[in-house]
Parts: sequence; structure tokens; C-alpha cells
Amino acid sequence: MNWLIDFFSNPANWSGPGGIPVRLLEHLEFSVVALLMAAAVAIPLGLWVGHTGRGSFVIVVSANAARALPTLGILVLVVLLVGVGSTWPVLVPLVLLAVPPILVNTYEGVRGVDPDLRDAAYGMGLRGPQVLFKVLVPVALPLILLGLRLAAIQVVATATVAAYVGLGGLGRFIMDGLATKNYTITIGGAFLVVVLALTAQAGFTLLSRVAVSPGVRRVR
Amino acid sequence: MITFEGVTKRYDDGTVAVDDLTLEAPTGAITVFVGPSGCGKTTSLRMINRMIDATDGRILLDGQDVREIDPPTLRRGIGYVIQQAGLFPHRKIVDNVATVPHLLGWDRKRARARAMELLERVGLDAELARRYPFQLSGGQQQRVGVARALAADPPVLLMDEPFSAVDPVVRTSLQDELLRLQSDLQKTIVFVTHDIDEAIKLGDTVAVMRVGGRLAQMAGPATLLTEPADDFVREFLGRDRGIRRLSFIPAKDVRLAAVPADLALDASGRPLGWRTEGGLLPYGTFNPERDSLRAALDAALLAVNGTAVAVDEDDRVIGVATREALDEVLGQYAARHTAPAPESPWPEEAHRTSTPRAAPGSAGEAPGPDEPAPTDPGPGDRSDGEGPHG
Repeated sequence: MNWLIDFFSNPANWSGPGGIPVRLLEHLEFSVVALLMAAAVAIPLGLWVGHTGRGSFVIVVSANAARALPTLGILVLVVLLVGVGSTWPVLVPLVLLAVPPILVNTYEGVRGVDPDLRDAAYGMGLRGPQVLFKVLVPVALPLILLGLRLAAIQVVATATVAAYVGLGGLGRFIMDGLATKNYTITIGGAFLVVVLALTAQAGFTLLSRVAVSPGVRRVR
Repeated sequence: MITFEGVTKRYDDGTVAVDDLTLEAPTGAITVFVGPSGCGKTTSLRMINRMIDATDGRILLDGQDVREIDPPTLRRGIGYVIQQAGLFPHRKIVDNVATVPHLLGWDRKRARARAMELLERVGLDAELARRYPFQLSGGQQQRVGVARALAADPPVLLMDEPFSAVDPVVRTSLQDELLRLQSDLQKTIVFVTHDIDEAIKLGDTVAVMRVGGRLAQMAGPATLLTEPADDFVREFLGRDRGIRRLSFIPAKDVRLAAVPADLALDASGRPLGWRTEGGLLPYGTFNPERDSLRAALDAALLAVNGTAVAVDEDDRVIGVATREALDEVLGQYAARHTAPAPESPWPEEAHRTSTPRAAPGSAGEAPGPDEPAPTDPGPGDRSDGEGPHG
């Protein structure tokens, strides 16, 4: 506790290119960009596979790969391929990390919609895309948002690796602290990561309150 | 009119769901497809709105082959009601009902107004419109399902076991409601059920199908009961065919006698019981204007003296029917039954078109002892016959 107070009360930690605001913004930037890129890939793919039933093996492969993914290894690999200087070395592993939970949950959400409901939708005369966007997506929305939330938390926690390749972020505090045996800084940085992850969690919970229909929310 | 011409549905694995089905579902009438599971009744229904496409043969909707119409367009012109209602859980009831009008591009105000009108029509309170489907009972959801199917006023209604997932009391009230709606709307309805009693109650024509997707018999319900085509149909119809046939004979021809002195009445003329030395004994009532001979007979059997009490719409006694009076009417119909003219229809056809849906086991809105179950038809047993809605 004292270490946290020391960390946050030290004015040196708040200013300059290595200060808390700058590091926080860097961290946030990696996380948001990686999450958006992952969502841009995983949501359409999950919707398509869930709706058409075609290519469901993609989901299985993706879910399994996620467990075996060596984030740090990929980071280093991308650095070797594209060199330092861009943010790609940190974005690539983060996107790869974020895709599976979004993809799997989107797919499961759509596929799990009651077949009677789907049947009724077609029977009313809705066309394929209308069935997807007017019925399946709203009903699957809680699961889709759950996937995004899980991905966001993982991304925020893992974005600390950016510091390994000199890209900053909150990982910088953790690494610097460890290197100099200044654990005040390490714990302060770790604390900030936790706060950010919890904020993401709260943000998505709030979002599902607003976006999910009350008629669906009760179900899950 | 919906016409099946040699319609066959064969799946890739070789199973035949529907085999060379040829029949007509007349305009403005209820045609029921009934049969055991695996008889292809649902498949047949779903081929009409192209949820399934036939392998061979044609289905004509007022002369036009349904295969020539783009499925979504076809379906928007056909009401569709399924077993679990299939309401959209994320939409309010009013928006569920307005689904097809929205699809057809009606403006929002008109679609909503239409939806509210239909909710009222199927007997739902206007305040339910703002609720979500999960907040409604099964029976209410099914009413919404019917309202949704009717929203764009389609001439044809397809109903796939719509009432089989609700409890018997609610089912009866939904059936009565459907008959009441149908007498106003005169839609061409194809109704699928596995319940032969439901088929006989609702159908103007009943198509009995057997496993393998073949038509076993198609006839009016009374004809079906008296003249089943073969052993399969006879077995499927079950017991008490003669008694059940009485549901199609109106009780209005029963000769009524004056109210005897031993029938105790209350101040407003409603029956209290048959007076005896030991106190009042149970009685049974029927409404000659609305009930069937079956209800009248049932009412007679409920009383020790074998006399049925005839009442008006307000349950006030208007006379009694003795066993002899009932016997006369039974005798007339038995005579007609044995008369050598098998193609001459039962009087139910004529009767039904003149006063639509008066006879068959109609509980209607008001209660009546026309179902075979009343155990204690005492004066207090006048509970609401409608389902638990509102």
C-alpha cells in the first residue's frame, strides 16, 4: 500500500514522456486499436459462419490456437520481420489474442438462437440478411458483447509486452521497476493495468445495459 | 384455394416425407392435416409457403404455382403460426405483431395502429403491447402469434400445431377464439395437428394422413366419424365416434317442455337443482341456441331424472328437455344416417354456413356443460370459461 502511495505521490512519475499520462495513453492506444482490428475481423466472420453454418471448422481451429498462442514469441517474430519503429510488433500478437474470444462468442451467439425463432423469421418473409441483422444479431448481442469484453480484458493485460520492444505503455513501469529493483514502480504500473482492465470490464457491462434489448437480457 | 397436385417430398437419403399428395384446401375454410408423427403433415404445410420445396408435383395458390413466386414475397402474403409462437424476444409485443406490415413498407403509425387493432381482436389487453414476449404466458404468446400472422391481412393462414404446447384449458379457449375469428375473417386456413379431437373441432375438412406421407381420407368431420375409410382411420379416430358425432348436430331442434315444479330456481330464474326429499340434486344445462346435441345429452345424463335443463344466454331456464325429447332428435339423425345417400352431406355443412360455428362443442365465451368433464355442475360452478389472460 505504501508503495502505491509512493508511486502516485511522486511528481516525477506524472510528467514527461515517461510519465503516467503518456504511458496510459500509449497503453490505451495499443489496446483500442488491437481490439477494433480484432472485432473488424472476428465479428463479421463469426456472424457469417454462425448464420450460414459454413466453415465452422475455422471457429474450432481458432479457439484451440488461442490457448497455444505464445504472445511474446510472436512479438519477437514480428520485430524480426518488420523491425522496430512501428507499432505492428505489439498489434499483431494482441489482435491474434483478441480474435478467438470474439469469434467464438459471436458464432455461438448466432448459432445458439432458437431454431423456432429463425424459422418464424423466415416464415414471416424476412430475407437472409434481414434474419441475421433484425433477429439473430439482436438476440445474440449479449454473447457478442461478452466476447468483446473478454478480449478487451486480455488485450489490456497483455499490452504490457509492448515495453519489451521499446514501444512504451504501462508495461514500461513494470519492466523498469524490475530491472532497477525499484518495486514501487513495478507495483504502480501493475496497479494501473488492473484499473484499466476493470474499467474496460465496467465499460462493456454498461454498454450491454444500453444496447441489449430488455427482452433478451433476462434470458442469459 | 390451395391445390396440391401429386406433391411429393423425397429427401436425399431416400426417405419420402410426402407421397403423391393431391388435395384441395377450399377458400375461406379450415382444412386440417392430421396424423401420427412422421405422416408428413408439417412437411406438407411448409411446402405451401416454400419453407420446404416439393420434389415433385405442384402446389397452386389460387391457380398460381408457388414455385414461381420468390419465397420471401410469397411468405409475406401468407400468415404463419408455429408451435412455440416464435415471437422475437428482443421486440415489444406491438412490434412483433407489426413485423410483416413493416416488411411491406407500411409507415410506422399505420403498422402500429394495425397491430393494436389485432391485439384487441385476439383478445389481448392493450397494455400488453408494451411488454416483451417473456413477460407473457404461453397462451398469450400464442395469441400474439396469431395476431402477428394476421397483421397484413393475408388471405391464407398456415398454422403448424399452434396450440399443442399450452395446457388443455388454454388450448380450448384458443380453439374457440380461432373459430370466432374465422367466422369473422373467413380466411383460407391450413391447420396441422396430431390431435384428432382438435382436428374434428376446428376442421371444415379434415385430411387424415398416414405414415409415409399418404392421404388416408379427406372428409368433413362428421362424415369422418361415421364413415372412416379404413382401419387406420377408424383406429386413429379412436373411441366414442357416435357420441362425438353428436357435436355436429345442433340442439335447437330438441322439443322443450315447460319447467316442471320440482326444478328449483333462484329469483332471477337460474336453476338451483332438482328438488327431492333429501334436498337439491345436481342438474345439467345446455343452451339450445348455441350448443350441440352432445351437450344436451350430457346435460341429461348429469341429472338423476335424465332431464336436461335448457337455458338462455343469461343462464335463465327456458324449459327442459326430457329423455324422450332427446330420443326423438337422435332418432331423426340415426334415420338420416342409414338413408341410402352416402354422398349427401351431413346437415353440418348447411348448418355451418348459415350460422358459422355454432354447434361443435362450443364453449364460446360463456361456460356451458358441453365438455364431457363437468363433475359438479352445481350453481356455484360458473367460473370463467376463458383462459387466464388479461
